[in-house]
Amino acid sequence: MSSRNIKYLIFLGCAIPHRVSSYEISARKVLQKLGLELVEMPEFNCCGLPLDPVSHETMLILAARNLAFAEQTGLNIITLCPRCAGTLKKVNKVLKADKALREQINGYLKDSGLEFKGTVETKHILQVLTEDVDLEKIREAVLTPLTMLKVAEHVGCPRLRPKEYIGFDDPEDPQTLKRLIEATDATCLDYANETECCGAPSVGVSDEVALQLARDKLNNVKLVEAQALITICPLCHIMFDTNELRIERMFQETCGIPVLHYAQLLGLAMGMTPEELAFNELRVDASKILQVIGVN
Amino acid sequence: MTETTATQRKPVKASEIDPKFKYELTRMHGGEKLLRCFQCETYTSDCPVARFSDTYRPRTLIHMAKLGLRERVLHSETLWLCASCFTCTDRCPQGIEVASVIRVLRNLAAEKGIVPQVFKEQAASIIESGYAYKIPSLRIRKRETTGLPPLPKGNPENIHRTLQGVKFFESIGKREEKHEQQEH
Repeated sequence: MSSRNIKYLIFLGCAIPHRVSSYEISARKVLQKLGLELVEMPEFNCCGLPLDPVSHETMLILAARNLAFAEQTGLNIITLCPRCAGTLKKVNKVLKADKALREQINGYLKDSGLEFKGTVETKHILQVLTEDVDLEKIREAVLTPLTMLKVAEHVGCPRLRPKEYIGFDDPEDPQTLKRLIEATDATCLDYANETECCGAPSVGVSDEVALQLARDKLNNVKLVEAQALITICPLCHIMFDTNELRIERMFQETCGIPVLHYAQLLGLAMGMTPEELAFNELRVDASKILQVIGVN
Repeated sequence: MTETTATQRKPVKASEIDPKFKYELTRMHGGEKLLRCFQCETYTSDCPVARFSDTYRPRTLIHMAKLGLRERVLHSETLWLCASCFTCTDRCPQGIEVASVIRVLRNLAAEKGIVPQVFKEQAASIIESGYAYKIPSLRIRKRETTGLPPLPKGNPENIHRTLQGVKFFESIGKREEKHEQQEH
């Protein structure tokens, strides 16, 4: 399938513009080069997930408000953050199935001239790359195969669970990101507890537990001698990249694993430069892997 | 032993039990299947947080909820440690949305004014700007130089109006209710 006419409304979420612009810069460049047209949200509010623990109703309203804006444009949504994608998908499904709840939530939106109808779909970038762009087309776009590179992947929980609402990939043994990594000709290594949580949602409640979760994963990645860890979520990326030094200090150990967004990895393979892909914004030095693939 | 564990292990007094609490939970979105739980331990043994925390045991929280220990479970500090990874939900042999039951309990705690600071900050930020975090103006200006389009605007006035009447926003100003049981 040609991606030339694929048009999506891009939902950025909060974490990416707040702290992880390297993800947005690289993802927009890669998607554009693959022929996707991205339209900006007319108006924005948080997807609602951060407030779900304290008020499920607030989460539903905030998510439905975004979906209602998207419905007015008639475009489906692409997100870079799997937490936003998971929330918008779940709320769409729940409100479509439950008339009473839908009416309750629409009651809050009515004054603003908005109504949730359930007419748009939300997909995370990984799902768009797999289902709309297609692996074959991605392979064709690779100009610099990353043959010498051995990496590990961290898909992250909201990309996978709960299965009932996400309905894409196998949460126990996910394959999508692995296939996408292999499309760049890099090797994707298996490691222990691959699908476990990065700890991000516990930050602010117990930083110690959160950092221990991230540390455990980084150690497992190190054990299989991966040269980099590939993420697809801004919060997972913060846990492993931004917090890697903090983890090293806290546990008195060295880690040194570069953490790349999948879009950065794919961008390199598509012939883009580290500067174009905002490698300068990474906290953990990634020059080692650039040497491996012969880009400096 | 930490304080929380000590509270969890205190003997149960009949006066502490609210026999209707579990039904209240099953009437809430996400808590519907709670009564199917036979305390099999999957949620705790497969919980990534429980591996690194000495106190967070989802099984204990669910057990307290089913027993009707309303105040004890809603005031439990460990309630806020769940990372919402949904591993327990996907693996529960009884099909219970365990992480959603934890969320239902947290929502009830929040209605009593028990809200960790991090959530208060995010709620305030959403009301002020639409975004869950305050995005530094430097970041916003930098978007242009890195070739990014301007950020979509939030509409604080409208968001504020839309959320009027939501219980949570009425309760965040409220002082946390004290859990008298702990003083005995």
